[in-house]
Amino acid sequence: MTDIDNSNINITHLARLGRLAIAESNHANTTQELENIIAMIDAMQSVNTDGIEPLSHPLDSEQLLRADVVSESVSRETFQKDAPKTEDGYYLVPRVVD
Amino acid sequence: MAVEKFTSLRDMSAALAAGEYSSVDLTNAHLDDIEQRNTNTNSFITIAREHALNQAQRADEQRAKGDATPLTGIPIAHKDIFCTEGLLTTCGSKMLSNFHAPYNATVVDRLNAAGVVTVGKTNMDEFAMGSSNETSFFGPVANPWDRSLVPGGSSGGSAAAVADGLVACATGTDTGGSIRQPAALCGVTGLKPTYGRISRYGMIAFASSLDQAGPMTRSAEDTGLMLSYMAGFDPRDSTSANREDEWLRAIAHQGIPKLDQPLTIGLPKEYFDNLANAQIIEAAQAELAKNGHKFKEVSLPHTKAAIPTYYVLASAEASTNLSRYDGVRYGHRCENPTSLQDLYERSRNEGFGEEVKRRILTGTYTLSVGYFDAYYIKAQKIRRLIANDFSKAFEEVDLLLAPTCPTPAFSLNEHAKDPIAMYQQDLYTVPTSLAGLPALSVPCGFVNNLPIGMQLIGPAFREDTILCVAAQFQQATDWHKRHPGESA
Repeated sequence: MTDIDNSNINITHLARLGRLAIAESNHANTTQELENIIAMIDAMQSVNTDGIEPLSHPLDSEQLLRADVVSESVSRETFQKDAPKTEDGYYLVPRVVD
Repeated sequence: MAVEKFTSLRDMSAALAAGEYSSVDLTNAHLDDIEQRNTNTNSFITIAREHALNQAQRADEQRAKGDATPLTGIPIAHKDIFCTEGLLTTCGSKMLSNFHAPYNATVVDRLNAAGVVTVGKTNMDEFAMGSSNETSFFGPVANPWDRSLVPGGSSGGSAAAVADGLVACATGTDTGGSIRQPAALCGVTGLKPTYGRISRYGMIAFASSLDQAGPMTRSAEDTGLMLSYMAGFDPRDSTSANREDEWLRAIAHQGIPKLDQPLTIGLPKEYFDNLANAQIIEAAQAELAKNGHKFKEVSLPHTKAAIPTYYVLASAEASTNLSRYDGVRYGHRCENPTSLQDLYERSRNEGFGEEVKRRILTGTYTLSVGYFDAYYIKAQKIRRLIANDFSKAFEEVDLLLAPTCPTPAFSLNEHAKDPIAMYQQDLYTVPTSLAGLPALSVPCGFVNNLPIGMQLIGPAFREDTILCVAAQFQQATDWHKRHPGESA
């Protein structure tokens, strides 16, 4: 059994990694919820998996490959209709470099 | 023109072919009914009158040319997770509350090619994360059997719409039980096919190694008909199964074949430990035994580890998949962002609901440095053990019979504040999802006037086996013909 210490979940760090601006007033709550979920998940640590290979595709099948040729055409105008802010075919975001 | 409520797909198809009514008539009748009664359950996020009537008109023209399939002109609904060109696709989220997909999901394209009419898009748990439909940005869905109860989730709107007679078929998706659990709680028939059977292209991703689309209808027969048109190889989905199963094409025109010999049905003992309402499943078993089927107890020893394993894998995949919602290219964007980082963080915080954020954080945690092996890799290893359990069972039996859910429909807000209690709803559906196997829920009885579902689980790509047994069961019983409002 793997011994994992999850008593020190750093919610500020996790929220930053997940790009979520969680209000400070919710930090304690969110941490508690996450600790409960991780405690539930930790029940699986008692399963003996020695010598077992990880399974990433449910039927263990191979990834399909295709020839590297263009098969789709993309209309920028169509796709940008859903964009919150565009100009001259570009997506607009706040200034990144001064 | 009178269209009788609760008419099956097959009967509608026959009536259209016989010219008893046109698709435009049928579609108008459906739309009128949905517009009048949708407020009872909140099953639909979008009602697509104009779009539907255009499709109905074209379907009638196709039929006049002698070019009709069994689905031509039949009104159906799509879960709002499927991209539909020309209609809103929200995935039940504020993040996509104004999103118009620039293309159709393959499922939508395939059904359109068969001539179906899309009358609307159904409500769902946000990004398919939930078992009660309470996480939808568009409000919860009520269970038509008792409006103070939930319909299950995440395909809650599809299940409620079918159960309430608003449509005879709706599409759903199932990642850990999201077709089967609401089908059970609403008393309809729902199939999660084998992973790879139906294309995931254009189906908004939650956990890509688990997500699978499927039909929700009022009988195994109609489910088989829908599957036949929804399934098929798609080069646009890298995990799509490239295979030709003759029975799959044959079902569309010939219906589900009769079983020519009795089968051996396994009863996984771990699913019956402390099962409430076990007598209902036992009665269904006795009904099936009349056809000569033999029953055999089998063991799936890693069943208890399935929920933790699922919540590691599904949350990890969700946190990765949902990183695409950045407020830049599409989706919700916060007001007056001060920096790019601020734009990302506030757009996502405002656009996602609590359960979605919870899963992103869970996935971020288990994927982070130092925890990856202990959680993600460990879970993938247990996933193999769970899949092996099923393979071993199928050496001895043709299919498995189990409950679909631990309880009938529960009250609105009963589990909403306790995510871990909610996660237990998926106890009997998650293992099959992890193993990628086909599983079907059919109504098999009632407790306190609430429907109970029985789950039939088959080996990979043997949807025919479970559909045949379900059709045989429905020949002999009428649980699937009971409707809300009648006394059960």
